[in-house]
Amino acid sequence: MSPPLLEVHGASKVFRLEDREVPALLDVSFDVREGECLAIVGESGAGKTTVANLILGVYPPTDGTILMHGEPLPARRRREHRRAIQLVQQNPLSTLNPKRTVGASLRLALDVHRIGERRERPEIVATLLEEVGLPGDFARRYPAALSGGQRQRVAVARALACRSELVVLDEPTSSLDVLVQARVLRLLEELKPRRGLTYLFITHDLSVVRNFADRVAVFEKGRLLEIGVTEALFAEPEHPYTRRLISAVPVVSREEELVRDRLAEGGLNA
Amino acid sequence: MIVPTLDIRDLRLGFRTYEAYVEVLHGISLNIAPGERVALVGESGSGKSVTARIVLGLLQLLRSARISGSVVFEGRDLDRLSARERQRLRGTRMTMVFQDPTSSLNPVYRIGTQFHEVLRRTEPRINEHAARERAAQMLLEVSIDDPDRVFESYPFQLSGGMNQRVMIAMALANEPALLIADEPGTALDVTVQAQTLKLMRELVEHHHTSVLFISHNLGVVREFADRVYVIYKGRIVEQGPCASVFERPGHAYTRALMAAVPRITGGGLPDIGDEPRDFSQPLVVHESGGYA
Ligand SMILES: Nc1ncnc2c1ncn2[C@@H]1O[C@H](COP(=O)(O)OP(=O)(O)OP(=O)(O)O)[C@@H](O)[C@H]1O
Ligand SMILES: Nc1ncnc2c1ncn2[C@@H]1O[C@H](COP(=O)(O)OP(=O)(O)OP(=O)(O)O)[C@@H](O)[C@H]1O
Ligand SMILES: [Mg+2]
Ligand SMILES: [Mg+2]
Repeated sequence: MSPPLLEVHGASKVFRLEDREVPALLDVSFDVREGECLAIVGESGAGKTTVANLILGVYPPTDGTILMHGEPLPARRRREHRRAIQLVQQNPLSTLNPKRTVGASLRLALDVHRIGERRERPEIVATLLEEVGLPGDFARRYPAALSGGQRQRVAVARALACRSELVVLDEPTSSLDVLVQARVLRLLEELKPRRGLTYLFITHDLSVVRNFADRVAVFEKGRLLEIGVTEALFAEPEHPYTRRLISAVPVVSREEELVRDRLAEGGLNA
Repeated sequence: MIVPTLDIRDLRLGFRTYEAYVEVLHGISLNIAPGERVALVGESGSGKSVTARIVLGLLQLLRSARISGSVVFEGRDLDRLSARERQRLRGTRMTMVFQDPTSSLNPVYRIGTQFHEVLRRTEPRINEHAARERAAQMLLEVSIDDPDRVFESYPFQLSGGMNQRVMIAMALANEPALLIADEPGTALDVTVQAQTLKLMRELVEHHHTSVLFISHNLGVVREFADRVYVIYKGRIVEQGPCASVFERPGHAYTRALMAAVPRITGGGLPDIGDEPRDFSQPLVVHESGGYA
């Protein structure tokens, strides 16, 4: 088993509104191991995006600590941390600057994080595009002139540009059609060992989780309910809540319906 | 003969851009009977959202859009209605739920205020208290169980899925004849999605509401819709009852789509080639697909 890249210890997050408090995360502990893909699933409002934001340093936890390579991450992240942890979101249009070409966006990431020699950088941009399967002339295009799947590839290229170690994927494929989704997921799967990446994968799509994640963490109302190896968790969900999640997965064939309903009743061996 | 809620015939659409004229829809025909749930699925960029925006009378407002063919809603040809009459239909007889809740909810108003506005479209004199009560009831139905906090919140203070449920509640509040749902579930988790779809289905059955349902999630389509149209590059390539299309997909593109869905039974990510394939095969129609 590989060592932890990231450790979350007793993390809580309480949002304060004018006249009340919203406890979004309650005493959560888990770790993300080097080279794995850990999926975070759970109902809407369970706290998934809050976990991601704590890890990205968008805001500090109310309580608890987060370690990377065994070192506590400071509330104000240093450039090094901002480089090492990258986000790929559901809607890349909101993260890619519409006024910048694809090439300029990638170049900026290289400049900010001082990656490569200045004069090598155009070359690096070209290699990055190639790595995510985009033609080189896409460097001159603006985000508006790209399809959803192509924008997602650009977002992945930017995460690669930073030589990031941990990529937080927040619903990266849910606005894509299934053919494009399959290609983007395959790309992510290939890049993981090649680039030595670790993924934190937030999604509602349990069918994707089943085929893409190494481990799964199930959240409910700000608490971590169970965490385990994907195969085992799906074969024998421990918690009734997890069973409920699985039983609600919409499927496309009769065979899946039968298997799903058996899982929902308490595991394949029940 | 029953008058269909929506009857689209030979719909064509093109955009004039700086460089060229781009044709996006090449003659789409699609109909929805009263109380019927019809899904439109297909490639990203194939023309699903623009079709919805034409039905809503929104693209007609865009100078660069060239539209031909006919769209008949409850027996009335949209072309013969004034822009004002079309605007009056929106939000009352036909309502919509969009892909991205942040683009439809106003970031600077609290949810309670926005909900009141929605209810005023059909009941201009409804007071704040009555509006709250009706809205709270709708929110409970989409399983938001602390409506008071939600009313007081601005959209950014709610999770993605909560915003989407608020939008669905707003779209159903005025009991429309046609609900257009464009990717309504992308930000919803499976249990809420299942509940929301159940709610949408109940409403359809009670009030005979028709639904045009646009989604990339084929599992959801299979469980929700009666009939499905598959669109590829601005052309309908296959249509028929869901059961039949999912069990016996006839068109090469539909088959490729089905093969690309990851399965809950495992087996790894589907292996599909990188090359876009040629899907220019003629339309496949399944038995009893539509009645027009
Ligand atoms: N900035 C904020 N201010 C106040 N409350 C917040 C804020 N951000 C999140 N919350 C609340 O924290 C809880 C968890 O939200 P979070 O966005 O983490 O959910 P999620 O699991 O990502 O849900 P979804 O699947 O719908 O995206 C929700 O009740 C939400 O309303
Ligand atoms: N205002 C516009 N001007 C020019 N082209 C447009 C405009 N709006 C849409 N298009 C083009 O029309 C085509 C159809 O777009 P549409 O939004 O309907 O796709 P879609 O099927 O909804 O895709 P997705 O599944 O990604 O939402 C796309 O190629 C798009 O780029
Ligand atoms: Mg979220
Ligand atoms: Mg669309």
